Amino acid sequence: MNKFKLCLSLFGTFFKIGAFTIGGGYAMLPLIQREVAEKRKWIEESTMLDIVAIAESTPGPIAINTATFVGTRAAGFWGAFASTLGTVMPSFIIITCLSFVLESALEFEVVRFAFNGIRAGVIALIVKALWGMAKQCPKNMFSAILAVGAFSVDLLTKVNVLFVIIGGALIGLSVALISKGRGDGK
Amino acid sequence: MIYLKLFLTFLKIGAFTFGGGYAMLPLIQYEVLANDWMGEEQLLNFIAVAESTPGPVAINMATYIGVQTGGLFGAVCATLGVVLPSFVIIMLVARFYAKYKNSFIVKNCLTGLRPVVIGLIASAIITLGYGVFFPIGISLSAFGFQFFSSVVIFGIVVVLAFKKVNPIYLILGSATLGIVTGYAEKLLFS
Repeated sequence: MNKFKLCLSLFGTFFKIGAFTIGGGYAMLPLIQREVAEKRKWIEESTMLDIVAIAESTPGPIAINTATFVGTRAAGFWGAFASTLGTVMPSFIIITCLSFVLESALEFEVVRFAFNGIRAGVIALIVKALWGMAKQCPKNMFSAILAVGAFSVDLLTKVNVLFVIIGGALIGLSVALISKGRGDGK
Repeated sequence: MIYLKLFLTFLKIGAFTFGGGYAMLPLIQYEVLANDWMGEEQLLNFIAVAESTPGPVAINMATYIGVQTGGLFGAVCATLGVVLPSFVIIMLVARFYAKYKNSFIVKNCLTGLRPVVIGLIASAIITLGYGVFFPIGISLSAFGFQFFSSVVIFGIVVVLAFKKVNPIYLILGSATLGIVTGYAEKLLFS
């Protein structure tokens, strides 16, 4: 298969994945595994696990990270480009169309009532998502102090969230460097 | 220049989000309110829409905020911005994967990042939740029919979410309960 056809096929596959998964990146992973590893063999099955680890440890949306990774592995830069474009396109088209409808829909009382309920439900969904993330985080004094620290700083001050995030990374790194230094000194 | 502003803001958001859609929430909330692009209520409405339409939640959010503030080209700029950091970083990581996986710096930065993201999301829940449960601020009259309906809907959805019910059904269910309680309040109190 020549490269152009391969890129076209990457685009089509990721377009399908983008159009048929609801609920974000993690919901996409099983579909990606089936389409990309089992059916098309663009990557090996064992690489799938690595992909999840990479997507989580690099910045950006999980779905985009995964698409770019698979595309790069299969066909270099243009492969990555085709896969990423494919993942983004369905969202882009659907949301652009919806955004014009949503505002005018809110003029109806029944839609406003529905969204009053939905907002309470969404807070509950975020609580559930937070619980899932907290469960995966290592439970120790260090994590607890950082989590409570970030929580208080964000809630009580107007500091840009960006600095809180960078601060967290730097603290993690410095603590590791200090304890490594001590270990080496002995 | 709104287009450049959208692109740069979402570039920043894309570059500093670790852990997928909800990890992006504190950053989006901060930027959207700081730039006065939409209110908290509108943001929450849209999170529900982003959750129940196809595609990555992050892309849905970027596209929506882009369209709302800068039309179609605004949506292109915001989406491009949120995607670009991922694209560049993963292209590099895919080539030097073995080195990246065992990097001392990456591993330990992440040790610090994970709990911080959790703290930030918790804080976003408090501020967004305040707007949902106390839309007119805390006073005696805030504890009316609407407050109790919201608390009940929240409680039901939390329980069902932990039983792993599909989020789309939960959003549809919340909408139905919202309509029922909305009209009930209207019938009973006016």
